[in-house]
Amino acid sequence: MERDDIIEYSLDAHHSEEQGVTIRKKIWKVTLILSIITAVEVLLGAFIKQGSDLWLTVKVSFIIMTIFKAAYIVMVFMHLGDERKALKWVILLPYTIFILYLMFIGLTEGNAVGLKM
Amino acid sequence: MAGHASKQIDGKTLWGGKISPFSASYGKLMMWFFLVSDALTFGGLLVAYGYARYSYQGMWPIGEETFEALPLLGNGYPLAYVALMTFILIISSVTMVLAVEAGHRMDKKGVVKWMLWTIIGGFFFLGSQAWEWGHFIHGTEFGKVKLSDGSSAIVKGEFGHIESFEVITPGAHSPAQGELITNENIHKSEKDLMHAFQHAAVTGNLSGTSATDLIITLHDGTVAKVNRKADENLELLIKEAGTKYAVSLPSDVSTRVAGDEAEALYYEALTQGKVIYGANLSENEYGPSQYGQFFFFITGFHGFHVFSGVIINIIIFFGVLKGIYHARGHYEMVEKTGLYWHFVDLVWVFVFTFFYLI
Repeated sequence: MERDDIIEYSLDAHHSEEQGVTIRKKIWKVTLILSIITAVEVLLGAFIKQGSDLWLTVKVSFIIMTIFKAAYIVMVFMHLGDERKALKWVILLPYTIFILYLMFIGLTEGNAVGLKM
Repeated sequence: MAGHASKQIDGKTLWGGKISPFSASYGKLMMWFFLVSDALTFGGLLVAYGYARYSYQGMWPIGEETFEALPLLGNGYPLAYVALMTFILIISSVTMVLAVEAGHRMDKKGVVKWMLWTIIGGFFFLGSQAWEWGHFIHGTEFGKVKLSDGSSAIVKGEFGHIESFEVITPGAHSPAQGELITNENIHKSEKDLMHAFQHAAVTGNLSGTSATDLIITLHDGTVAKVNRKADENLELLIKEAGTKYAVSLPSDVSTRVAGDEAEALYYEALTQGKVIYGANLSENEYGPSQYGQFFFFITGFHGFHVFSGVIINIIIFFGVLKGIYHARGHYEMVEKTGLYWHFVDLVWVFVFTFFYLI
């Protein structure tokens, strides 16, 4: 019986030598990107002091760079980018919604407690 | 890298309901669900950290001020060591993804090689973390002092090296009056000069009026004069405001206390026993006690994940060596442990940013 409801299945994720070459190239590219981002983060952290005029910009860029790094790790290293779209959303969406809410409430309340101390 | 060929699925790989949700195998999907729940735990911890940090405002320690030491080289290298740890973990993540890639080509030798490198990287990270914990617990040579106006301050600069203790009143284990106690002949209960000095400072057995005129009382009752070099560039960074001093701004060096004033304040506090060295769960020299607790819990919980990741990797590594997965026709087990290992790296990326950088 031929099944038409399943298009692909990750257990059969074999690839040829030639495909392997392209995939490895991508892996090394991502490695380079991750290392550069980390180096930039460390330099910014070491040379721009907290509370200086630039600090807010640096802080925001830290968060953006971290999200970039996380995206590369999750999408390329963990192969979530190659999974089905539905699976991607099932994993990412509930987590993102919950954690954004938690961050909002945690930091707001922390600030409120701080003002009273 | 999921295969793109349409393929009929045999009965063994289908789930009980005769279908594979999301075209993923049961094990892989469950690993993802586990990772989401684990990510919520770490997310919760980091948000709790943010809550504490926001409620303490300027009193909270700053990453580049706290973590600036390197093994053998000493202080003055802000964030360098954590950057190295981050790099080690990223590289071990890369070797893991290369192992998975080799598995997709059914290249057993490749899987063995890259998994071995991953395990080595994991051990390196664990070792680095052990050193960092040791350094954090042990603390700096200056410690944190509570000043006479009620403020508290961390101290930067070069601590003047202690050369010897000159005996004034001999005790049970000391040499005669006027002779020197050095690191060579100090009684083993005192470990070394620095240890004896810090212990005396904490227990209130250090007296004197200035940096060059300190009198120490050892365990055995020996009273001795402390011979040491002068401190260099001693600066006090006020972390908790008192009646006289306000909290120092990290971006403004002029808000620190420096020079003779700093030296007088520091040694006044030291001779009154108002000093904390290193860290434990109830107090630490870096900031509020919660800071130390969060450090131990977050990096410890992450380190525990790395440790279990290494163990799981080793188990799978032996499976690869024995050819279990090769016989199955696929290396999905390597892919699943890979997911866990990458997750550990992912968590560290966030810990690095929110604990050390911001």
